[in-house]
Amino acid sequence: MTRLTDFTLAQARDALKARSISARELTQAYLDGIAALNPRINAYITVTPELALAQADASDAKLAAGQGGSLEGIPLGIKDLFCTEGVRTTAASRILGEFTPPYESTVSGNLKRDGGIFLGKLNLDEFAMGSSNATSAFGPVENPWSRANDPAKRLVPGGSSGGSAAAIAARLALGTTATDTGGSIRQPAAFCGVAGIKPTYGRCSRFGVVAFASSLDQAGPIARDVTDCALMLNSMAGFDPKDSTSVDIAVPDFAAAVARGVKGLRIGIPREFRMDGMPAEIEALWQQGIAWLKAEGASIVDISLPHTKYALPTYYIVAPAEASSNLARYDGVRFGAREKGADLVELYEKTRAAGFGAEVRRRIMIGTYVLSAGYYDAYYLKAQQVRALIKRDFDLAWEKCDAILTPATPSAAFGLDEKHDDPVAMYLNDVFTVTANLAGIPGMAVPAGLDANGLPLALQVLGKPFDEETVFAVSGAVERAAGFKATPQVMA
Amino acid sequence: MSVDTAAIRRIAKLARIHVEEEALPGLAAEFNGILQWIEQLQQVDTSGVEPMAGGGATALRWRADEVTDGAQAERVLANAPEREGEYFSVPKVVE
Repeated sequence: MTRLTDFTLAQARDALKARSISARELTQAYLDGIAALNPRINAYITVTPELALAQADASDAKLAAGQGGSLEGIPLGIKDLFCTEGVRTTAASRILGEFTPPYESTVSGNLKRDGGIFLGKLNLDEFAMGSSNATSAFGPVENPWSRANDPAKRLVPGGSSGGSAAAIAARLALGTTATDTGGSIRQPAAFCGVAGIKPTYGRCSRFGVVAFASSLDQAGPIARDVTDCALMLNSMAGFDPKDSTSVDIAVPDFAAAVARGVKGLRIGIPREFRMDGMPAEIEALWQQGIAWLKAEGASIVDISLPHTKYALPTYYIVAPAEASSNLARYDGVRFGAREKGADLVELYEKTRAAGFGAEVRRRIMIGTYVLSAGYYDAYYLKAQQVRALIKRDFDLAWEKCDAILTPATPSAAFGLDEKHDDPVAMYLNDVFTVTANLAGIPGMAVPAGLDANGLPLALQVLGKPFDEETVFAVSGAVERAAGFKATPQVMA
Repeated sequence: MSVDTAAIRRIAKLARIHVEEEALPGLAAEFNGILQWIEQLQQVDTSGVEPMAGGGATALRWRADEVTDGAQAERVLANAPEREGEYFSVPKVVE
């Protein structure tokens, strides 16, 4: 091993503890990579080199004294949806202006407590609304991977956590925070050939995370492999009295679960995930995944999740409704950007028109519509009822299986210039991921193969509420069987 | 159900987002595309189904009704676009 950025998070942690590398040289290696590649990849909105190096020196002092937390000296990137004390937080929107939080989100605070070093704030779709990172007010993120037959074509990293996934793939961070409301951790992880887990709703605190759809939003990590994700989640997760939906239960040793194996586990294969027009490569990868788990001693069970086809339309009522309510706070009065108005209403209307991008405006208005008098029952109430049926599908499935295996996305990464004319075509990206948000269950994307053009494809593992350990066990088995070692064309 | 430009104007007003007149027809067309797509939910029989409001399975926690925070005017006002003393300032509301 010659380069510092070759270490996985687990390897770097061991090398730091053994003092064979220093936190400062590791951090500097990542900062050098960012300086060289971020102008092209645009994974970071804000880079904080001085803060990072000061943190690294503090970590080196602790490590030299034989102290330090579980992530002491590990360079991390923070999705710019997490409030970071004293560092500008944008949600990739113009409307937040120069907003600089006077407080730290619980999840990023947990990582700091454990010795993580923050390199900067990562790009995303504006307010996490998107599947391509193209709605960011700070410009799109480029996927570090490209097609073998069309290397010049710029591809999307997925979204909304496009900066988080691209930074891991291009080795511009060892671990990143991300959030997932309909697939925003798993879809970009899949597109960038890295691992990402959306934990159970309530596992990670939402305090200090800019809210999109509060009943669906959940923070989680994106990292190089399944073990690195487990180490990140072990730090990020945990009860927080500041989030009323945070659940007060013990955080198990996720990293230990990765090696557990799948012998005796029942793996459900939902027949409704076999979509019309699904590319043959995706189907083949899914069959391969089934064969891998069978070979490792799992039993394969056919299951039915009959309301799957209604999940996306349900999501596109529930999420915009919650967003229209959550984003009412951006009115130009207490923080963020302000446009002048002759009166208060004009100030609100002009600030929000200038501050929000087109997709955010569209979703706020859809949400306003489905919550408005006369339409509430037909849309919002109906969607909440279908959501209950989607959750019941999973409750019934758990009687027959311990985890579920599906493809993570319906395709590999697409071009920066594709799918932007039709909102519904863009929304279909989340067809395999969104049910987990509606049901509140954990799901993980694991890189498992390459398509004919050399782009990464991933499998998704879903688990029971608060049974991330089984999700890690199954994901670990998929990862070992797949032996995914490919790397992107652009990498530090 | 479909919406026309008058409905879009009303929704924009409710959402407190200024929309130029010439943008209304395009927004109405996008809206109708999305609404037509979510219309398929009407096929689902939901009679007697309790609507699911939250993301978690458990009921919300209770806590004691006591002050746990406060007296941080400077931090609260630190990001204000405009302020006057310890207050946010806005255009005159009452004539």
